[in-house]
Amino acid sequence: MSQELESRGRGNAKVLNRFDITKRLVAKLKHEEAVVGGIGNTNFDLWAAGRRPQNFYMLGSMGLAVPIALGVALAQPKRRVFALEGDGSILMQLGALTTIAMLRPRNLAIVVMDNGSYQITGSQPTSTAAGADIVAMARGAGIDQSAWADDEAAFEKLMDRALAGEGPWLVAARIDGEPAVEQTERDPAQIRDRFMRGLGVKK
Amino acid sequence: MAERAWHEIVRDVFKANQVKLVTYVPDNVLRPLIDAVRADKDFTSFACAREEEAVGVVSGAWMAGMRGVVLMQTSGFATLANALASLAVPFQIPVVMMISERGTLGEFNLGQAMTCRTMRPVLDALAMEHHTIERLDQVEFIADRTIKQAVQTQAPAALILSPLLTGGKVLKK
Repeated sequence: MSQELESRGRGNAKVLNRFDITKRLVAKLKHEEAVVGGIGNTNFDLWAAGRRPQNFYMLGSMGLAVPIALGVALAQPKRRVFALEGDGSILMQLGALTTIAMLRPRNLAIVVMDNGSYQITGSQPTSTAAGADIVAMARGAGIDQSAWADDEAAFEKLMDRALAGEGPWLVAARIDGEPAVEQTERDPAQIRDRFMRGLGVKK
Repeated sequence: MAERAWHEIVRDVFKANQVKLVTYVPDNVLRPLIDAVRADKDFTSFACAREEEAVGVVSGAWMAGMRGVVLMQTSGFATLANALASLAVPFQIPVVMMISERGTLGEFNLGQAMTCRTMRPVLDALAMEHHTIERLDQVEFIADRTIKQAVQTQAPAALILSPLLTGGKVLKK
């Protein structure tokens, strides 16, 4: 059964650090869970958090990390799948949240890192800086299990729930403006091949 | 045995090629095919809010071992240059698109006619395999071979359904 999650909301959420919470998530992944990193900083910090063959790194196609993760989740219903997106990216493809609410994949969790800006292009403000609330939009789309992470401990608790319970989930975290730690190697054929082997599709 | 309609042939070609996932943004011409796959338990089928979302879903599913296609009309294809050029083509993901062709052979909407003129130049610019199906006797061969080539060469491809095949959409007076 889906249920709404408790949280204090965007306005009261502690500002976290993207690389720190990415590492906290990756440290919890013990069962070859798939992780799809969106463009730019979410994917760079996923790369920096440690190489995993079950990670997929987008190079363009802004906004498609969530749809790609949905496709993985549908094809492999026994594997947990995480999509990591920024606020600017999720704003590009809000319709995908309604598709996920309609299909209700139990094994899918979306993590949105919200710093209220298009950080990588010069930190121009996004609409979340003016009050657009990604969790409220996700709930409106029909993803009941959507919450802001109040702090690091709450983020970890939400990730534990996403790893154990029935999804879909959307967890949003307010993050600071720190740049990514390093950049992903941009070799799309290799990224795809490694990911397919990591998912057991290729031997 | 009665002759199969184009959408029945396409459905059977999907099955013969282990296509399990059919995503779409609805279109009136594609309606019989959408109805056929929705009525068939062999397929997971659903509408996406945008065509690029559907390309993302099918890309993820392919990498996780499930074959999929995206159904759309011409105007939907016109939204896809970025998703194809930055995801399907460079990552070598065989996203198969079936596009019902609007904008030609009796189009009544200038917006559709203009959009149609961008389709083949974009496909050619990306060096993507694409074939236009005009007659019933071409459906099985072209659809089957295009899916097989896409999978075997790890490249996206487009199947364009001409109004010559489907009747297209005309203004009703």
